[in-house]
Amino acid sequence: MNEPTDSQPTGESGEAKKTRTIKVDYLARVEGEGAMRIEVKDGEVTDVKLKIFEPPRFFEAFLQGRSFREAPDITARICGICPVAYQMSACHAMENAAGVRVEGALRELRRLLYCGEWIESHGLHVFMLHAPDFLGYESAIEMARDHRDIVQMGLKLKKIGNDIGILLGGREIHPVNVKVGGFYKAPCPRDFAKLKEDLQWGVEAAEKTVQWVADLPFPDFDQEYEFVSLRHPGEYPMCEGRLVSNRGLDIDVAEYEDHFEEEHVPYTNALHSVLKERGHYFVGPMARFNLNFDRLTPRAQEAARAAGLSDGRCNNPFKSIIVRSVEILYAFEEALRVVENYARPEAPAIEAAPAGSTGCGCTEAPRGILYHRYAVDAEGTITEAKIVPPTSQNQKTIEQDLWRFVPAYIGLSDDELQWHCEQAIRNYDPCISCATHFLKIDRHNVSSKR
Amino acid sequence: MKTMVIGVGNEYRGDDGAGRRVARALAALDLPGIEVRESSGESLSLMELWDGADKLFLVDAVQAGAEPGTVHRFEAGAEPLPAEFVQQCSTHALSLAEAVEMARSLDRLPPAVVVYGIEGLSFEHGNQLTPTVARAADEAFEQLRKELTEP
Repeated sequence: MNEPTDSQPTGESGEAKKTRTIKVDYLARVEGEGAMRIEVKDGEVTDVKLKIFEPPRFFEAFLQGRSFREAPDITARICGICPVAYQMSACHAMENAAGVRVEGALRELRRLLYCGEWIESHGLHVFMLHAPDFLGYESAIEMARDHRDIVQMGLKLKKIGNDIGILLGGREIHPVNVKVGGFYKAPCPRDFAKLKEDLQWGVEAAEKTVQWVADLPFPDFDQEYEFVSLRHPGEYPMCEGRLVSNRGLDIDVAEYEDHFEEEHVPYTNALHSVLKERGHYFVGPMARFNLNFDRLTPRAQEAARAAGLSDGRCNNPFKSIIVRSVEILYAFEEALRVVENYARPEAPAIEAAPAGSTGCGCTEAPRGILYHRYAVDAEGTITEAKIVPPTSQNQKTIEQDLWRFVPAYIGLSDDELQWHCEQAIRNYDPCISCATHFLKIDRHNVSSKR
Repeated sequence: MKTMVIGVGNEYRGDDGAGRRVARALAALDLPGIEVRESSGESLSLMELWDGADKLFLVDAVQAGAEPGTVHRFEAGAEPLPAEFVQQCSTHALSLAEAVEMARSLDRLPPAVVVYGIEGLSFEHGNQLTPTVARAADEAFEQLRKELTEP
């Protein structure tokens, strides 16, 4: 494991005075281990690299030979922040391979579980990781000294997300109650009594959160992006829908690999995913928001408008903190809707046993679309697995932001510029643990391509 | 008066399991009036876990630059933890030391907090402690047992 050195401003001037290197050896307040290096010569950015040095983690390789039933629990181990996303994408892919669909109360429970994960993940990012950037604190600990009530509220919001995970998932971090076809055990409506009260409180608190983040100071940085997310005919997307973009993409999930490909880049341990036709793209809360504003609840729409996203659009990644807060509000309202309408299903799961087939699934992880594809043999043993997490899809867009951001703020001191560049990375809430799940083997050289 | 011991760490990352080893050994003694828990170290869950404790002992593996196998002991109730403990081996957003400092900021730190830090050698994948660190964990257990049972 690498020695953590914290983010130290180095601001080397180089031999020629006009060369500046802005680098951070160990990015703080992101999940996992990564570094940033930006070179500026004569006022022009000449190089930008987001390096992920957390080692590759072999998941796709060791899924081979395992039963289809194990895919949700094995892939959940890729990430401690978004295990539900992995479970949902794996389940949907296996159900797709089996030719079955999970409907009714079971589908609703999945949505509730996903709401829990969005609340937990966004809550952590908004209050603990991102807000300190805007308020000029090195960490949430320092921020908590001056903004105690806000931090307490954030912790309580996040805890309700955890509680949903415990209630439905069986435990806090890596849920064990999810299976292909549904759940091992479905809760009784009375299990939700306390949660219902908490969710009602959460709706109010989340609305206050949107108001609070709306007043943070944002750099002017509106950009043109190709946003990609799921879009469902009737709901804000979580587990199902078509893959769409604001530049004309509109495909079935099964066509994903016809349009997207992963590139190996020598300086990072994570693959870069690109659209074959147009290159880099942007997934996550901002993409969902821009492409599905009309699917939000009226209250969430109104909160977004009041927070300055008046036309239901957001093109400034620094304002992703507002969008995440709007999604927290939506998730509380949606969770409350599910809990209020819940009737226990007759069985906790449906039959789903893929055999000699291939299936894919794509769901909206907190950080954006998470694609899984599996091939299974006649016995239901996995013969091939492919996983594309959100952070590998956003890596290139993060670098693009830095290419554009640095020239606009070139007049800042090295320390200030570095601070803003780190913030520009944290806008994406990158999850480095997820991005390094893969293993690419060059079979001829028998060495790992890194 | 509620006394709590929390063993923190990931038992699948080599010496990071040291804190849990100490907690399990203590739990096996079933000491009266002492609650023993284990935690992955996620800071917000840790704060929840120790809510209501009057005296708290935290045991965790650390990388503070000392000789592997060194057992550190800090009273964290009144004084912040030393800086080298605030950046630890955890790759996640907030570590144990950050949980302590966050709780201090929010007035959610028990009145008495003692941190046992066991200097680790290897945090690679695997569920075994290195022999040096296993011995250190046993030593930390013995120290802590004395502290809990001898007035």
